[in-house]
Amino acid sequence: MRYFLLILALTVVTIMGVAGKRGSLSRQPPIEIFPDMDRQPKLRPQEPNAFFADGKSSREHPAGTVAHAAPLMVNGQAVYPHEDAPVNTGKITGTTNFVETNPFPVTETLMARGQQRYQINCLPCHGPQADGNGITKKLGMGVVANLQEKRFVTMTDGEVFHTISNGKNLMGSYAANVTVPDRWAIVAYLRALQLSKLATLNDVPAEMQSKLKK
Amino acid sequence: MSDIFPKWTNWLPLKIAVGAVLVGTAATAGSWYYLTPKYSNVGYQPVQPVAFSHAIHAGQLGMDCRYCHSAVEKSWYSNIPTASTCMNCHNQVLKDDPKLALVRESAATGKPIPWVQIHKVPDYVYFNHSVHVNRGVSCVECHGRIDKMDEVRQVEPLSMTFCLDCHRHPEKHLRPPDKITDLGWQVDPKTQKQNGEKFKHDWKVQSSQNCSACHR
Repeated sequence: MRYFLLILALTVVTIMGVAGKRGSLSRQPPIEIFPDMDRQPKLRPQEPNAFFADGKSSREHPAGTVAHAAPLMVNGQAVYPHEDAPVNTGKITGTTNFVETNPFPVTETLMARGQQRYQINCLPCHGPQADGNGITKKLGMGVVANLQEKRFVTMTDGEVFHTISNGKNLMGSYAANVTVPDRWAIVAYLRALQLSKLATLNDVPAEMQSKLKK
Repeated sequence: MSDIFPKWTNWLPLKIAVGAVLVGTAATAGSWYYLTPKYSNVGYQPVQPVAFSHAIHAGQLGMDCRYCHSAVEKSWYSNIPTASTCMNCHNQVLKDDPKLALVRESAATGKPIPWVQIHKVPDYVYFNHSVHVNRGVSCVECHGRIDKMDEVRQVEPLSMTFCLDCHRHPEKHLRPPDKITDLGWQVDPKTQKQNGEKFKHDWKVQSSQNCSACHR
């Protein structure tokens, strides 16, 4: 009995010593003792896959094709992603001129969405007030546009949209990260940020002016 | 007769019984403690091909999770960003740092960076990120304080119990939509019950416990 207890205690101590505690750090992937169909040979996004020559399970669009997508509704009209329409390109149809104003009606919903998307995608570099003083400036982002400058204030909505979509100088394209309607929402919100710096007392509704004068 | 069964054998049945109980207890306790994702999966921290620090990007710089994981609100999976997303800043910041060589190569050639996936559920579990983050379930509920991790590790078991605990009482976890990616935001125990019930009602949260909700 003594030997039996000794062996049992040693076994327990050995297992605990080798296996350690719950939650302890491991560099090795979890061991799956029973396969249980946990890992299936199906395609999963962004995983390696030997079936294709380039080894990617997520396929890229073949050149010259457009993803099948639901149309955008712009003022009651359906616009598809492949169409040469202002909402897709920022340009007047058939020309290279930028549209002056946002094709979407500027509503409170659009502004709120724009604010959220601006804060996610633009704020790290352009800063909360669009003056180019984002946190990345401290880390070596040398050239960030101050969007409060006159050339950006007078820039057409279409060109701002075009810049977000295609990038400019050192700024990369955000087309993959921000959807078309969200880009227009950001344009609308940027206009509000610019106005917040430029507005005079006369721009404030009459009944609010007295409050500000105090 | 005593020559056939010596006296010590009188104790044998009791000793065997005690021994069996001890072995059984040890085996049960061991299985309970070790044969669970709480042991096998929690703490998994693989070495990644690029020494990307969430603590710097999401924590120190305060970048929103969705700057990189841009499709998480629209897609069932939370995407790994394109290398060009990294290059939006790293074409100027740490421009020639050897640690970012793989990122630059990927951005230039399209060759994927072989990131190691950490949080895995079985392939027959159809977890949908978008439905959770759009209805008040924060990233932190499953991924923990990513914004404090230099190297990401798994902190929750992501077992079926783990899912069901929340699906049975979603009101304990739901939070305002603008706090989803605010990983440091804490539930206020005084108002949470009321708020949680309200979110559950307003967003029509049907945290189904049917098998087919997750398994197909």
